[in-house]
Amino acid sequence: MSEQLLTNFTIFVMAILVGFAVISKVPATLHTPLMSGANSIHGIVLVGAMIIAATAHDAAGYLLALIAVAFATMNVVGGYVVTDRMLQMFRRRGAPAAPRPDQIADRAEG
Amino acid sequence: MLGLYTARTVAMTAMPQLVSLFNAVGGGAAALVAIEEYLSRSSGDIPLDTTVFVVLDIVIGAITFTGSLVASGKLMGLSFTPSRPVQVPGGRLVTIGLAAIVVLGSVYLFVGNESPAVMLLILAAALVFGVTMTLPIGGADMPVVISLLNSFTGTAVAMAGFVLNNVVLIIAGALVGASGAILTKLMADAMNRSVMNIMIGGFGGGDAAAGATAGAGGSVRELGVDDAAIQLAYAQNVIVVPGYGLAVAQAQHAVRELAELLEDRGVDVKYAIHPVAGRMPGHMNVLLAEANIPYPQLREMEDINPDFERADVALVIGANDVTNPAARRPGSPVSGMPILDVDRARNIIVIKRSMGRGYAGIDNELYTNEKTGMLFADAREGLANLVAAVKAL
Repeated sequence: MSEQLLTNFTIFVMAILVGFAVISKVPATLHTPLMSGANSIHGIVLVGAMIIAATAHDAAGYLLALIAVAFATMNVVGGYVVTDRMLQMFRRRGAPAAPRPDQIADRAEG
Repeated sequence: MLGLYTARTVAMTAMPQLVSLFNAVGGGAAALVAIEEYLSRSSGDIPLDTTVFVVLDIVIGAITFTGSLVASGKLMGLSFTPSRPVQVPGGRLVTIGLAAIVVLGSVYLFVGNESPAVMLLILAAALVFGVTMTLPIGGADMPVVISLLNSFTGTAVAMAGFVLNNVVLIIAGALVGASGAILTKLMADAMNRSVMNIMIGGFGGGDAAAGATAGAGGSVRELGVDDAAIQLAYAQNVIVVPGYGLAVAQAQHAVRELAELLEDRGVDVKYAIHPVAGRMPGHMNVLLAEANIPYPQLREMEDINPDFERADVALVIGANDVTNPAARRPGSPVSGMPILDVDRARNIIVIKRSMGRGYAGIDNELYTNEKTGMLFADAREGLANLVAAVKAL
């Protein structure tokens, strides 16, 4: 196992842990935008598509790279815009989306 | 550009399909990256670790691509991907066979052989596997599947990162993979089913569905707009149960109008939000928030269920499976799914376009309950009529 691979693997595991830590703190209300946001994030494969586009050297390579870039771009742009639209709906009311502690207390009494 | 256009124009209710579609292209892109990388390098020596990641990337990416497309098609109600579970005779065997092809092909490549042909065979098998895996799963479980596939794509992207030695891809992919996995778990918990159960089992068995429909078939009481308005206006506690039908009809503003009217008359109005109302966790909250409905009135399921007994009227708007009392008994496809105790309310008004079935594909016993009055109308139209009728009182 090369050192490069080992480093990559460490980063991989660390990122997974961060992912778990972040998501477990998000309230259920925001899960739909969250899923959409995560969806948009993995559109980062666009970077990978660009890298293969740079190293492509035959017709098939160019074609594959083209499709990959088109797909990835759709993923990033679409995912981002959709997430933004969803979050817009929370923002417009001016009130926080998550219940504040006093509201929760109110509920317990009511 | 295409992505931007669709994302801007699509209706809020079509969100899950769209997310799934974007997910599909993301997975597809990840698979393509790996294919191209493999093909362009196949002349020279490819180290074993690269091969492993390439294969993983292609397999996961391809499954996600077709799987997400099927999931998206099911939610859009396309005819070739019906939302009801599709059981092909021997379908399970085909799936297992495909999995075997993938595994054997991978082993062949791992032991040192280099063959683009085998790689493409694996790709094809994985693509078909995505279809056969998703097709038998019912529409009700689609959100969970989409979330799971989302997690898959993240993993595929991370694998692409390993292939290309690109740290950004690894980090982003792993983040999404992990968050997708935990989200999937949360959603499955909300429906009281395990992820494995959903992936393998389809939605209930054919025989179970038959047993559930036998109990239904009672008579349905139809209710006029004026009668419904009187019931609502002279009630003290009203619980609104919004469902997918409300979302489709974009009736969230009409609901708020009706609720405000009732509150002016001194009626206490609350909203019961099922965890998977509108097909994704929090989807309904987003819609109601858009209509400026005060957040404290939105109640989660566990919170509101004890209140149904004291409610004079439960107004069910386009919700179906999440209110089906059949879920309390074993032997029905929705068994074990937590539901809103709508049937405990003193009176029930259901606004619905028809007696059509929900995602689970079974009849709702709530509709034949003697306390239930059915108001057959499009959610927005029906609510507008109700508002007019309440005003006229």
